[in-house]
Amino acid sequence: MRVPIKWLSEYVTVVLPVKEVAQRLTMAGLEVTSIERTGDDWEDVVIGHVVEVQKHPDADRLTLVTVDIGGDENFEVVCGAGNVAKGQNIAYAKLGARLIDARTGEKKKLKKAKIRGVVSRGMVCSERELGLSDEHEGILVITSALAERGKPLAEVLGDTVLDIDMKPNRADGLSVVGVARDVAALTGETLREPDLSFEAAGESVVLRARVDINDPDLCSRFTLAIIEDIKIGPSPAWMQEALLGAGMRPINNVVDITNYVMLELGQPIHAFDYDTVSEHHIIVRRAKDGEKLTTLDGKERVFTSKQLLITDPTGPIAIAGVMGGLATEVTDKTQTILLEVANFNPVNIRRTAMALKLPSEASRRFAWGIAPELAPMASRRVTKFLVELAGGKAGEGLVDAYPVISAPVHVSLARKRIAQVLGIDPSEEQVVQALEALGFTVESKPDRFEIGVPYWRRDVLGPDDVVEEVARMVGYETIPAAPLAGRVPPGVPQPIRELRERARDILVGAGMQEIITYPLTSLEVLGRVVEAEVLEKAPPLAVVNPLNVGQERLRTSLRASLLETLARNLRLTKEHIALFETARVYMPTSGALPNEEEQIVGVVTGSRLDRFGNPTDENIDFYDAKAYAARLFERLSVTASFVAYEDYGLLSGRTARIDVSGQLVGVIGQVHPRTAKEFGLEKDVYLFEIRIADLLDHVPPVATMQAISKYPAVVEDLAIVVDRGEPAASVLAEIKGHPLVASAQVFDEYVGSQVPEGRKSLAISVSYQAPDRTLTDKDVAKARDKIVARLRANCAAELRS
Amino acid sequence: MSVLTTIEEIRAKARDGLAEVRNDAELETWRVAVMGRKSPLMSALRSLGKLGPEERKEAGRAANLLKTQLDQALEEKRETLGRARIEETETAGRIDVTLPARPLPEGRLHPVTQTQRDIVDAFVAQGFSVIEGPEVELEYYNFEALRIPADHPARELMDTFYIDRSGDTDSKLLLRTHTSPNQIRFMENNDPPVRIICPGRTYRNEATDPSHEWMITQTEVLAVDEGLTLAHLKGTLFELAKRLFGRDRKVRFRCDFFRFVEPGVDMAIDCFLCGGKGCRTCKKEGWIEILGAGMVHPEILANMGYDPDIYTGFAAGLGVERIAMLRYGVDDIRHFYENDLRFLRQF
Repeated sequence: MRVPIKWLSEYVTVVLPVKEVAQRLTMAGLEVTSIERTGDDWEDVVIGHVVEVQKHPDADRLTLVTVDIGGDENFEVVCGAGNVAKGQNIAYAKLGARLIDARTGEKKKLKKAKIRGVVSRGMVCSERELGLSDEHEGILVITSALAERGKPLAEVLGDTVLDIDMKPNRADGLSVVGVARDVAALTGETLREPDLSFEAAGESVVLRARVDINDPDLCSRFTLAIIEDIKIGPSPAWMQEALLGAGMRPINNVVDITNYVMLELGQPIHAFDYDTVSEHHIIVRRAKDGEKLTTLDGKERVFTSKQLLITDPTGPIAIAGVMGGLATEVTDKTQTILLEVANFNPVNIRRTAMALKLPSEASRRFAWGIAPELAPMASRRVTKFLVELAGGKAGEGLVDAYPVISAPVHVSLARKRIAQVLGIDPSEEQVVQALEALGFTVESKPDRFEIGVPYWRRDVLGPDDVVEEVARMVGYETIPAAPLAGRVPPGVPQPIRELRERARDILVGAGMQEIITYPLTSLEVLGRVVEAEVLEKAPPLAVVNPLNVGQERLRTSLRASLLETLARNLRLTKEHIALFETARVYMPTSGALPNEEEQIVGVVTGSRLDRFGNPTDENIDFYDAKAYAARLFERLSVTASFVAYEDYGLLSGRTARIDVSGQLVGVIGQVHPRTAKEFGLEKDVYLFEIRIADLLDHVPPVATMQAISKYPAVVEDLAIVVDRGEPAASVLAEIKGHPLVASAQVFDEYVGSQVPEGRKSLAISVSYQAPDRTLTDKDVAKARDKIVARLRANCAAELRS
Repeated sequence: MSVLTTIEEIRAKARDGLAEVRNDAELETWRVAVMGRKSPLMSALRSLGKLGPEERKEAGRAANLLKTQLDQALEEKRETLGRARIEETETAGRIDVTLPARPLPEGRLHPVTQTQRDIVDAFVAQGFSVIEGPEVELEYYNFEALRIPADHPARELMDTFYIDRSGDTDSKLLLRTHTSPNQIRFMENNDPPVRIICPGRTYRNEATDPSHEWMITQTEVLAVDEGLTLAHLKGTLFELAKRLFGRDRKVRFRCDFFRFVEPGVDMAIDCFLCGGKGCRTCKKEGWIEILGAGMVHPEILANMGYDPDIYTGFAAGLGVERIAMLRYGVDDIRHFYENDLRFLRQF
């Protein structure tokens, strides 16, 4: 809502500096998002009087204009506008003035110029050159009584405009008077109500027009006025300036007056050509399905039975609250106006405006819900202007159909409620003063206030709404900041969240970078990492109204997002990259909501780095990815086993399932080169994916201490030869199965001429230890024999000597 | 040749030998030569038994004395060599301390995660529990239960992604536009007092620009108890602002409108870049809005079975990215989810 200060000053004396007024409005909930000054940059632009207009000797379309700015000499200016005439007051820009170049829109300093052989000293400005509007057809003609030769233009046309971000509870604030009410209350001034008086010289309206409201649930009030002998022409300068300041383009006196009053009072208005309305009889009713009307913009609209129409006995003439019809439009030939000022159901108007894609200043006001009391006031205000500014003759009286009279709202506010909500206890005097300043009536009772809500404040319905009004007036800044008091409720455990946060810390500590990606993706991208069959069986949830192409589906896998991010970053860097994300996937269910399953997905690629951080020839491999995953499990005190596995999109033979206590909690593997390529990834990429909920069951809240033996360990290295397909984990499991083995680690893997074809040698360091004694050589030899025998039996292993 | 003469010869030879020792290895060779099992001194000591008592006594004393002296000389030489080695490290072994460090694996939390945690910590310290809820939400929880009925103009403040749902059409499905539905979900199942915060991702169907993202991380705050007032809301949120932006921050409360609170509040902090004088970050206003809040609407409390005459409560909603932008001086919100490592590795 744009509010020019000059216009605002019609209704309230602005005693404080504009900045202070804006500040108070903002504090009171009418947020002033900008204070715009027009005229600030009009240095060297003054009022000039056109004393002579001559033809340019060498150009038909140009004129030579002599401008008097009240000084000793006059200035001759070359002008291309057709509307310049002797006797006008115009905006004269001296040499050096900074004007907006009408072609480029950029500011340029005005220089002396020769135009078709004639020197032009200065310029006669258009609205566009001054930044007032886009108008550049002709020059700006100034009709203001303030205009005096030589006076800076800023003093005549300059204004300050407040741009207020009005919130939808304050429909009354979508009007200059509404804002003026708050300004008056907040600055201790009194509101000057707009003058509604005029002389009704014409015949009775009720005898010449009629309205029937067939659907009072959608139209609570409908008034008609008649104004004859209208002369269409331009509206006065002050009105045009006001409209321009508020962001509306002046059209002609009738349109400008209806727009002006809408912005002034917040009540939309529609003018019909009286003679085009059949029988001068209006019927407000729901449309019949398929009923049609050609609207003002020349388009044919088709309606449903949910939409409200203004009709005459022959058919639709307007869409209620949204747009008028072409056939009944006011034109240059219009002599008599039938003036509609009505009140419609907010929800219905909102839906219709949205369905027809016709949002407007008018429909917005109806949709926010305005007071039915406004209708006759706005009707009188418009009529007054049509009489005064368009030569009209007003018919006597008003057709006023008001089937459901809205009852004034009354609120009973317990005195103690103010302190209970605000934490401050203003005096009775303060409360009464605050509310009365805003137009409320207040009756003080020992324990409560009986409050009458003014008709325009339809957002105030209950005691706490009144409390907010008190707070607005005494000022939010008077409320102290108190430390939080009261009972602390018992904590609510959040195991998933806690595990996720631990996982984040562990992976970051291990050197992985956390990323956060969007959950919306496309079927095509998901299809690279999820089997087509799975996508078909459980299609990912679709967004009905996607914002961007490629963001239509809720992801059922995080893998694609990680790989996309990896690919984007690899274009920038060649080094070792390790990324992870913990986020949700959205699994469709038959229930009310999808299953939002939390996962951790990590991706690793690139080369190992040398001492200076340069990439080496050595590529990151499966075991790098495994290191990150293994670190996570170790730090969570979870024993995880990696078992060869197959998974969609991962390379067979380089993929493992991750089991904890025999339950699958995730997978790890090399991204299939074909899949990687679909993301533009050329290098080997390794990935792990862990489901947090599945892991959760196996994570002990804290680690339990294991006793450390006081007796020395005997360490020896064994070389075990097994088939190449034999997992090292099985060999280690056999070794660790012996009670005297404290730990066992693979420290080398050998394949080559020293071992038979198809076999490999694992070098394993075994540590023997007993909790209660020092082991003898004999103990160790016995244990070793047992282990080797078991390996031979269960792993087809041989001890290599 | 008497034993004594032999001992003196050994001594002389050992002394000459030690003088030539330059390093630890040579010292060891020397030690083996003069004091090892096969050394002349050891042979001399072994041969003492063959001598007569008088001579044995004298030679024994002399040999043992030499042994002690050689031990001492060895120790002293060791120390000298050690000192020399250190001196050499300090001179010839000087390194360029300005060379870059060996690269360690680099990992950081996303800046939004870091800021989210700081916010969560501030509230946990005040006895709040962390609650998380669904991102795909029923329209009822996202709107109706929060007093934003269908076709209310307040819905225009939150452009919504709707989710296609075949079959069951009882309530529309959507991507939550705020974390406020958690208020309702929690109060439905718990009695007062309540102190919860609900961090999580929310979604708005609006075009992105330097200050708008369609995915936004929010933190909802809710406290309900007897005797809670706007003053407590102010105290709680001021504490948060000071924790996040510095103890000397000034904080401003002003009236604002959200359907589920009454009165409604907008909180701003004075611009920490210009100190409130007005700059680009604060759009020349001197104040930076960081969150919306208010007293829980009594209708909502009543709907949850909380008696609004007894219980009052406050709620607040913080945009985590906005706070992260201010803290880190990020000029474009879209940086956060582009996941450019050159950006992420700065925090």
